[in-house]
Order: sequence, then structure tokens, then C-alpha cells
Amino acid sequence: MSAVADTHAQDDHHHGPAKGITRWLLTTNHKDIGSMYLIFSFTMFLLGGAMAMVIRAELFQPGLQIVEPEFFNQMTTMHGLIMVFGAVMPAFVGLANWMIPLMVGAPDMALPRMNNWSFWLLPCAFLILVSTLFMQGGAPNFGWTFYAPLSTTYGPPSTTFFIFAVHIMGVSSIMGAINVIATILNMRAPGMTLMKMPLFVWTWLITAFLLIAVMPVLAGVVTMMLMDINFGTSFFDASGGGDPVLFQHVFWFFGHPEVYIMILPAFGAVSHIIPAFSRKPLFGYASMVYAVGAIALLSFVVWAHHMFTVGIPIAGQLFFMYATMLIAVPTGVKVFNWVATMFRGSLTFEAPMLFAVAFVILFTIGGFSGLMLAIAPADFQYHDTYFVVAHFHYVLVPGAIFGIFASAYFWLPKWTGHMYDETLAKTHFWLSFVGMNLAFFPMHFLGLAGMPRRIPDYALQFADFNMVSSIGAFMFGATQILFLVIVVKCVRGGEKAAANPWDGAEGLEWTVPSPAPYHTFSTPPEVK
Amino acid sequence: MRVHAKRAGVLLGGLMTPALSMADWTLNMSPGVTGTSNEIFSLHMTILWICVVIGVVVFGVMFWSIFAHRKSSGRKPANFHENTLVEILWTIIPLVILVVMAIPATATLVDMYDTSEADVDIKVTGYQWRWKYDYIDDDFGYFSNISTSDDEIYNRTAKSENYLLDVDNPMVVPVGAKIRLLLTANDVIHSWWVPEFGVKKDAIPGFVNEAWTRVDEPGIYRGQCTELCGVKHGFMPVVVKAVPQDEYDTWVAEQKEAAQRERELTEKDWTLEELMVRGEKAYASACASCHQADGSGAPPAFPALKGSQIALEDMDAHLDVVVNGVSGTAMQAFGDQLSEVDLAAVITYERNAWGNDTGEMITPKEVFEYKNQE
Ligand code: HEM
Ligand SMILES: [Cu+2]
Repeated sequence: MSAVADTHAQDDHHHGPAKGITRWLLTTNHKDIGSMYLIFSFTMFLLGGAMAMVIRAELFQPGLQIVEPEFFNQMTTMHGLIMVFGAVMPAFVGLANWMIPLMVGAPDMALPRMNNWSFWLLPCAFLILVSTLFMQGGAPNFGWTFYAPLSTTYGPPSTTFFIFAVHIMGVSSIMGAINVIATILNMRAPGMTLMKMPLFVWTWLITAFLLIAVMPVLAGVVTMMLMDINFGTSFFDASGGGDPVLFQHVFWFFGHPEVYIMILPAFGAVSHIIPAFSRKPLFGYASMVYAVGAIALLSFVVWAHHMFTVGIPIAGQLFFMYATMLIAVPTGVKVFNWVATMFRGSLTFEAPMLFAVAFVILFTIGGFSGLMLAIAPADFQYHDTYFVVAHFHYVLVPGAIFGIFASAYFWLPKWTGHMYDETLAKTHFWLSFVGMNLAFFPMHFLGLAGMPRRIPDYALQFADFNMVSSIGAFMFGATQILFLVIVVKCVRGGEKAAANPWDGAEGLEWTVPSPAPYHTFSTPPEVK
Repeated sequence: MRVHAKRAGVLLGGLMTPALSMADWTLNMSPGVTGTSNEIFSLHMTILWICVVIGVVVFGVMFWSIFAHRKSSGRKPANFHENTLVEILWTIIPLVILVVMAIPATATLVDMYDTSEADVDIKVTGYQWRWKYDYIDDDFGYFSNISTSDDEIYNRTAKSENYLLDVDNPMVVPVGAKIRLLLTANDVIHSWWVPEFGVKKDAIPGFVNEAWTRVDEPGIYRGQCTELCGVKHGFMPVVVKAVPQDEYDTWVAEQKEAAQRERELTEKDWTLEELMVRGEKAYASACASCHQADGSGAPPAFPALKGSQIALEDMDAHLDVVVNGVSGTAMQAFGDQLSEVDLAAVITYERNAWGNDTGEMITPKEVFEYKNQE
């Protein structure tokens, strides 16, 4: 490594990118791979979004108008799977690829070839997943949670392809996680102790451990399904002595940490953006780190809060209720720290800050509904209704997705060397903000009034709010095209960005020029 | 093209007619009609208000900063970034609030789990896509199917008041009595929910779950299946009719008598015509949701019966499929779901309807023998 550092200066371009398609196929450069992850993720976001538009169009009015229930179920399933595994997770891996080496002062990720491989597995996995739509019997139609035996004995023939796709995604995620851990633990610049690491790096380190812990569990559960479907076992088939509830335990043992995998990196990014635009250091750095650690640990012991109605014994019920309520405490600590950071700062509201502030407010609303869902007796009423749909969209859309938009606007100048168009970006924010709330807030009311989730048609008393919700969803969906326009415009040109375009931003990534040269930190910087 | 035009027409029509006059803007959970549902409602309101108060404080500070601490109003940033005491406080205070909240939640949960000393036991079985209610103390049971017509669902006629929430045979319970529900399922996982009772419990194949309720007010209460259970998950409502005890007793007596009459029917000598009449009804309730009323099915998942090998050729094979089902597919074993009479009627119907003119019939007695020889 040091030999490389000696012979190549930072701005040496003779090791620039290869030409043509091979640059992208064979690249081991963390910036190229980061960009590919981000582009892939946005493509999946649009595809999953298009499916959501189909869902909301059908739910615009009572009665069946646009699609049949069978296709509707395929849409809800594919929408969930694509958004979780195709849009949110790869976006965070993309951000990690771009930013972690820049933030810790490393020349690249620790395992560059594996990095390339873990990216290229993803398009393969999703090609398989999406191709199930065209197969005999249609795509998976059993929900993104694919409960057995609906997904095994009663699943469509394409289920086996779905399983294969999940396996490949899992491999990709695990490799990505190993790479992140190896980079963070081994390649930090001299002087950067763990407790001096930027929070985005901290949250990703913890996320990566969560990934390594739970992706194999997901692989395990789909493998058991594979065996049940194709090799005559009965893990989940009661008539063969199996246990359908076992499926849910294994799935949610993966599933709950998974929801934190989708939010922790956003916590990290927001913890950079809020101080930058408040022009004030992050309040409670150490407690932020401990809170993330506590959330990650607790996330392993709350999984059965998704299963309050399956009939687990009361002792279990109580344990999972208490543990889930407990997880709200460190989550609250994070919110309080962000607010304290803003308090008595000197605030400006460029697009990254707008998205970050909306993140804090709306994520907190999602946290509140989470707290309500944690109360087991009340969950008997909320469970599997639109109230749950409202909850997880509040934590995922203005949580994960707004976190990603905030990060994108924050770091676009570093990536492209140009400032994005602030007016368009603010328009993107406000339309997204209004659309998102219009789409998802009424879902709370629908759930409380008794509308079950995952139904293609509904009773008449739910008609009004569903129409409002659909209008909001169309608005939110259409607005995302604007993001594409803004990014393309920013890549092509625009006002030149300084090395540090934000007055309040701190960190090693702002010490390199904008756009960041193809190779950075060939000589490690010194951190004091 | 025409289909699209029609769909567009329906959409527009729907937009313009006040078809939504039924709709309302309900914002909150209903307190319901049982002790449990009332307790849940008060838990719900308590935690909601706790969230509102915390929200007002947190967002209050935040909005204050947003309005007062702007750079544009010439603010210089402060530089504080740590305070252990504050951190401890905002860890401990929420913790205390949660402990306080956990106490009533625990009490309610313990109460909900106490299924002892029930007055009436009803076994609830989920099927794709209907419910079966077995009154196990009184030895009768029946299926409960959605009664909303396809014409309403596909917007060919106006939607009725209880669109999607109506069934042919509701569950009937006496008011004031403790009802124990024993829930299970025949195929995939379903979930039985009546919001106004505060009862939601999964019906899982191979498991028997317990829940209980005591309804105070006579009335008709509606809910739906809440666990995704396949194509018609949105179309398996739960309807419960709560009646005074004496009305309930009369109803039970009638049901028992009807069940007895049914059993006697097995012995009767049936003609083809009689079986066809009965078969049409049984087919509509048990088979049509997959194989369609006109026998055309929905291939590949649900094969057509009209003109099919199974309905036209070997009778024993036909009997076997209906009685024992086809494992690994959605075709259930109807042997235990339908009476001998209905099995005979359905099979006879399938062999003689929609141009399947075999002229063959099977009698309830023959079905009975077939089932008992196995
Ligand atoms: C204060 C923290 C949180 C608490 C107490 C909480 C609690 C819960 C509970 C009890 C449920 C189950 C509801 C039910 O099915 O009846 C649930 C569902 C869910 N939560 Fe949260 N949650 C919290 C934060 C989050 C976060 C941060 C995310 C993701 C970023 C998230 C994502 C989800 C998802 C995706 C589901 C639904 C999964 C499904 O059934 O499809 N939650 N939450
Ligand atoms: Cu969870």
C-alpha cells in the first residue's frame, strides 16, 4: 500500500478510469462502484414506485377497476421487495462506498474486487426477481413478508426463482458488509480513533454487523422454503408435522434488525447534515454512538412484536412488549440530540437541511406510531391494518428515503464538482413533503377505522381517505422524476463547487477537491 | 380497446356520481362494545396523548429554533455540544413514562388471555376464502361466505350499504355470555377480527388458538380477515350477530334440528334433478370462488371443470379429488367440509352442468360408503 502512496500523488491522472463499458464492468474503484449502486438503487426506486402507483390507482375507489386481485397481490409483494432490497439497501451501500473511504481517509475500500462482485450480483438478483412477473402463474403474490404456507404449499411456481434471487441479494449484502467492516477497522487515517469517527461511519459499522448477523438467517428461512417446496420437507407444513409459526419467528428475527439496517445509515447522514446547516457541532456525539449501539442490540430481542396475534404465550407477549417499548428510549435520545443541535444554532435551509429536518419530524411521528404498536393489547387492533402501513411508511419514506435524498444533495457537489439547482431541489422537497404526508397520514385514520392491509378493494366507509391517499401518492411519485432531472443537470454542469461548499460542514471528505479525484488519500491524512 | 373504454367510463362515472355518500371521515378507533375493546381504546388514547405531549415539547423546541435561530436573522451559533445531565434526564424520563404505560397494558393483556370459564365454545376455522363456525357444545356448524355480488365488485351495479362486509350466514352469539373462540385454519394462515370486540387472532393450520369475548349490546358487528391468505383475502368478511339469550336458544334449537334433518337426508333416495338443484347451491358456496360459477376456472391455478376430463370420465377419480383434495395445490379436501348430500350433489352437478352432459349421478349413500371404506 505504502509503495502506491509514494509513487502516485493525489492529482495524478494517469491512473484514471478505463474507457468504455469495461470501466464499469471491471472497476474496483469505490467511487465508480458507489455511483453504480446509487444509479441502480434509483432505477429500482422508480420501478418499485411504478408498482406503488398501480396499487394506489386500484385503491383510488372502492370496487375493482384496474387490476385483478391476483395481480394486485403481485404488485404489493414486488413493491415491498424491490423497495427494501433494491432501493433502500443499495442506496446506503452506494453512500457507504462513496463516503466511508473519504471520511476515514482511506484510498479505497479494503476489498475492492469483492466490492465489484457484490455490486454486480445485484442486477442479476433483480433480473431474476423481476422476470418472475412474466412467468407462468405470475410473480410472488404472498407479500414481502412471504409467510408460509401461503408462500410454500400455496405459492406460485415462480417462488423458487424468488428464493434464488433472495439468496443472491443476501450474498451481495454480506460481502458489502464485510467490506465496510474491514475498511473501517483497518484503514482509518492515523489518529482517527473509534470515538473520533464520523457518525455516518459509526452507524454503517453497526449496520454492517447487523447485516452479517441477520442475512444468513434470511438465507436460512428461504432455504427451508426451498426444501419444503422442492424436496419434500415439512418445516412449515402443519400436515407434515411442521410449524407455520416457526417461519414467522425466523423471518422476523431477520426482519426486525432489517428495519434498522434501513434506518441507521440515515441516522448517521442526518447527524452530519444537521450540524453543518446549524453551524454548530453535533450535540451529544458519544450518546449518539451509544444510542445506535443500544438500538442495534435491542433490535435482536423484539422480533415477536410483529407476531402479537399469532398466539404466543403471555410471558413471551409481555417480554416482547417491554423490549419493544424499551427500544423507543435510545430512539428518543437520538431525536433529542438532533433537536438540541439545532437549538441556538445559526440555521439555513438548503435542500439537504430541509430533507434532514423533515426526516427528524416525520421519523419521530413514525416512532410514535411504533410506540403505540408496541403496546401489545392495542396492537391487537392495529395489527395488519393500514395503521401499520402508515407506521412503516413514516419511518421508511421520510426516514430512509428522505435520509438518502438529504445525503445525495449534501454530497452531490463533492461527487460532481457542481452545485445542484437549489430552486429545483427545494421544489423537489416541498412536493415530496406534501405528497408524502397526503399519501400516508390518512392511512393512520384508515387503519384505526378498521381497514385491513393488503386488500385490493374495501368497504365504502374507507373511500374518502383512500382517494386522498392516492392523490398524495401520485403527487409524491411524479415528483421523483424531478430528482432525476436535478441530478442529471448537476452532473452535466452548473456552478463550480468549492472543496467545501457548505460553511458548517466538517470532515475529511471536504478536504479533497470537488469533484473528488478518481484516487484520493493515496497518502493518509493526519487526524488530530 | 372496448374494455379500456369501458374501464375509463366506469372510472369517470364513479368520480362523478355521489357513490361515496356512504363514506365518512372517521379519524379514530371505535371504543367498541366489549369490556376488552373499551380497555384497548383507553390504552390507545393514553399512549396517543403521551405521544402528543412529547411531540408538542420536542417539535416546539425544534420550531422555536427554526424560527428564532436563523442565520438570516443574524444569529451567531452557540458552541455547546455536550451535557451529561441532560442526556441522563432524557433517557430516564421517557423510561419512567414507559414503565407507567406498561402497567395498564399488562393488566389488559392478562385479562385478554384469560379464556377460562366460557359459556359458549365456538370453533372458528379459516378456509380459502370463507369461515366455518362450529358450535362444538351443540354439535352443528356451518360456513360463512361473502354475499356481496361480483356485479357490485366489478362496478356493474350500485354498491350496497355493507359492501364487502356481508355474509350469507353470520356467526350468532348470545349477549352477556362469555364466548370462547377456538381458532384454526384448514389451508393457509387467516386472522379473525371484529374491531368492535377488540378481538383479533390468527387462525393457523395445525394450531388451535384461543380468544374470548363478551358482547354487551345486541347488534350486527362486522370485520374482515386480516392476514393475507391469497387472492380473495379482501373478500372474506366476518359478521357476528349478537342476540338476547332466549333468541339465541331458539336459534340453536333450530340449527340442531336442521343438522339432524341433514343427516337423515343421506338415507333418502335422490333423483338426478334433486341433486342438480342442491348441487348448484353447494357449488356456488364451496367451489365457485375458484372454479367460477360457469365452471371455466382460472387456469393455471384453478383448472376449468367445464368439459374437463375429471368431470366427464372416471367417477371414482372425481370423487377422490373432491373428497381428498389434491395435495400441494389449492384444491382442498372437501370430505370433512361438506355433508355426504352436498358432496354427492356437487359431484353430480359438475358432471351435468355447463354442457357436461354425462347423465351420471352419485347418491349420498354411495359417497358415505366411499368415505367409510377408506
Ligand atoms: C420507536 C421505534 C419503533 C417501534 C417501537 C416500532 C414498533 C413496531 C411494531 C410493534 C410493529 C408491528 C406492527 C404490527 O404488525 O402489528 C412494527 C412494524 C414495522 N416497523 Fe416499526 N417500530 C419502530 C421503528 C421502526 C423503524 C425505525 C423502522 C424502519 C426504518 C420500522 C419499520 C417497520 C416495518 C417495515 C414494519 C412492518 C412490517 C410488516 O409487517 O410488513 N419501525 N414496528
Ligand atoms: Cu419490528
